[in-house]
Amino acid sequence: MEQPNQSYINSLSGDDKAFKQKLIDVIKKEFPEEKQVYLDNYNAKNYKLAADNVHKLKHKISILGLEKGYEVAVAYENNLLEGSMDQKDSFEAILTNITKYLEEI
Amino acid sequence: MNCIVIDDEATARMIISQLCSNVPSLNVLEEFPNAMQAIKYLNQKEVDLIFLDIHMPDFTGFDFIETLKNPPKIVLTTSDPNFAIQAFEYDCIVDYLVKPITQERFQKAIDKAEAKQSKPAVITSKAEKVESTSGNDLYVNIDRRLIKIDIPSIYLVEAKGDYIQVKTEDKNYTVHSTLKKIEDKLPDSLFLKVHRSYIINIQKIIDIEDNSVLIKKDVIPVSRSNRPELMKRLNLL
Repeated sequence: MEQPNQSYINSLSGDDKAFKQKLIDVIKKEFPEEKQVYLDNYNAKNYKLAADNVHKLKHKISILGLEKGYEVAVAYENNLLEGSMDQKDSFEAILTNITKYLEEI
Repeated sequence: MNCIVIDDEATARMIISQLCSNVPSLNVLEEFPNAMQAIKYLNQKEVDLIFLDIHMPDFTGFDFIETLKNPPKIVLTTSDPNFAIQAFEYDCIVDYLVKPITQERFQKAIDKAEAKQSKPAVITSKAEKVESTSGNDLYVNIDRRLIKIDIPSIYLVEAKGDYIQVKTEDKNYTVHSTLKKIEDKLPDSLFLKVHRSYIINIQKIIDIEDNSVLIKKDVIPVSRSNRPELMKRLNLL
């Protein structure tokens, strides 16, 4: 499975280690919140709101260099808007993968 | 150029500010997590450039642009490339950046912004016609029950996706309907659509700022295209 990486974060930070750490801290704080809002909306069958949450999560997925994961998120967001749950498991596997990664860095 | 950043995502605001910090000609004055805070700020101060997220809850980037009388230059930032065509309806939009944004692509947007002369934007969207109806009651279908609402007690109707929220003196109702449908049922002597997402009862207005009205505790944006009609309807001294 595609693994998260810090290529984009590194290119953005350059030699600014303080900025890099601060950005990672913000992602570590914001990602679990966004993930939980998505899960709450999905479980409540608020699929349009869940699609909005997936849209928001796409940015984090792309920041962490998950190019295939981003494509899955794009497809899943569109599916949710059409009332389809197709790609749900793949998308949530990406979220789990990111959660583990953020716990390790 | 003095600029502000509007994005509901803290990570995105931080990244854009960092990108700005690498461009000597840019000075980030403020960051805002939502459009309403930015509107209040812009009522007091002028900026040269706005980095604006399109996809924000309640109030999108396009909603925000429509509230501005003389929009400054705007660079849209989004995770969704599908809005690009709509973006070009606005003269004030100088570029459209898809996240994640690289420094190289960001610099191109700044070059475009610097090359573009500041001028008032022409917004192409039009206010829809307000039609009146008679009668003091409105019946709404909620959970298979028809609930009667006293029309004059309604002070605000807000579009929320596939629903509308009808706010009255006593209670709020969420109804599966569209703003257009209720607009047709409300008398135009009392109600005015001031924004594509809001209809207000003009008798309930507390005060009006440049591009927003205060109704009860709600600050409601007023689209540039709808402002002349609002001003015409007021008993101005």
